[in-house]
Amino acid sequence: MQTEAIKDLLYRMADDKIILGHRNSEWVGIGPVLEEDIAFASMAQDEIGHAWSYFQLLEELGETDPDTNAFMRPAAEYRCCHLVEYPIGDYAFSLVRHYLFDMADKVRLKHLSDSSYKPLAELARKIAREEKYHQMHARVFLQQLGNSSEEANQKLQAALNEVYPIAFSIFEPTIHNETLANAGILPLEDSLMKEWRMEAENFLRSCRLHVPLAEDMIEHFGGRSGFHTLWLAPLLAEMTEVFAIDPQAKW
Amino acid sequence: MPLLPSYDPRINRIELPSQDIPYEEENLLQWQNYEVFTQQHRGEQHVHTGSVHAPNAEMALLLAKEQFGRREQCANIWVVKSRDIHATSYEDSDMFLHSFDKNYREGNGYKVKDTIESFKRDLFARLEKENRISPQTPTPTPEKTRVEKGQQVTVIHLPTLEGKPTRKVIIRN
Repeated sequence: MQTEAIKDLLYRMADDKIILGHRNSEWVGIGPVLEEDIAFASMAQDEIGHAWSYFQLLEELGETDPDTNAFMRPAAEYRCCHLVEYPIGDYAFSLVRHYLFDMADKVRLKHLSDSSYKPLAELARKIAREEKYHQMHARVFLQQLGNSSEEANQKLQAALNEVYPIAFSIFEPTIHNETLANAGILPLEDSLMKEWRMEAENFLRSCRLHVPLAEDMIEHFGGRSGFHTLWLAPLLAEMTEVFAIDPQAKW
Repeated sequence: MPLLPSYDPRINRIELPSQDIPYEEENLLQWQNYEVFTQQHRGEQHVHTGSVHAPNAEMALLLAKEQFGRREQCANIWVVKSRDIHATSYEDSDMFLHSFDKNYREGNGYKVKDTIESFKRDLFARLEKENRISPQTPTPTPEKTRVEKGQQVTVIHLPTLEGKPTRKVIIRN
């Protein structure tokens, strides 16, 4: 029971990271300025590296190897949230998503660092070090753009209105949440969400942004049980295209 | 010798806004070039590693981290506005050349020392290997430097090999 709950958690985190990593890598070559193009691509690569680490833990728990796991599952078996599936949109959309997702990641990693499941606690501390830069990057960009020209502020606001309700999909509860909380592995998603929400909303206000109400947040749930947006299947088709040519190939 | 305002070619190419435009707005209209210096380990010197384009120092540091702090070990980063760097002109670079009669100013002594040290190291390593030198063998006498036919030479006395007289080695600079 507990192992199933840990697997569910690892799949959720691994799938979020590999899908968002793939999405953000779509900015390669078309980023707003050269330096940011490189920085954003580098962070996308970090996310894929984190996914790989989670897939490795899954392999240790008896699941298939990381490559097969990442590339050979049908969409309905992915446990990623809706937030990471949406197309990159304009840069404001990608930036706001980057901030909200990495902020949630920070909250989750903070709790996982003290997790009773030691292999994950150790990995979380390692990943948190890399995420420190992601946080810094997201905060500096939002703060500077939000407080600069009206045009920049409005673009961010429009993106936030769109992304914010979807971001709650990160914390979509699953049947395993209580098992994890009782075993001291990770607190309930709901309490993580409250922590995230408080910090994110305070920060967004400091960027001269109005925090939307997010009343329709539940509409974006489903990803954690395999019900995805229409954007996931095409992404998977593209992501697995090369791997699917010859799954046995050695790289 | 004219001091160049900057070695960033863009600074000489673009029309910089006049002073009365607010600083912030200037940065929004035209980003600045920042030179990046990275330090591999705390305590070492920062080394120039490249440049980034950014609207202000905070952003320059942020972008520099991913451009230059990711491939190699890095403990610290500096950014400096390119326009704040003043440089000599290459047209004046002949002023750095030393006349031949001023070689006493140059760091040649160090070169001799390196030659001697490496010679000693190699010799001792070889002797050690051939096991022909006893632990009691005296170390080489301190080297003496003298001028011979207008040339600086260094004399060192090497330890005696068993049953052989002291060997004197002269190193010509």
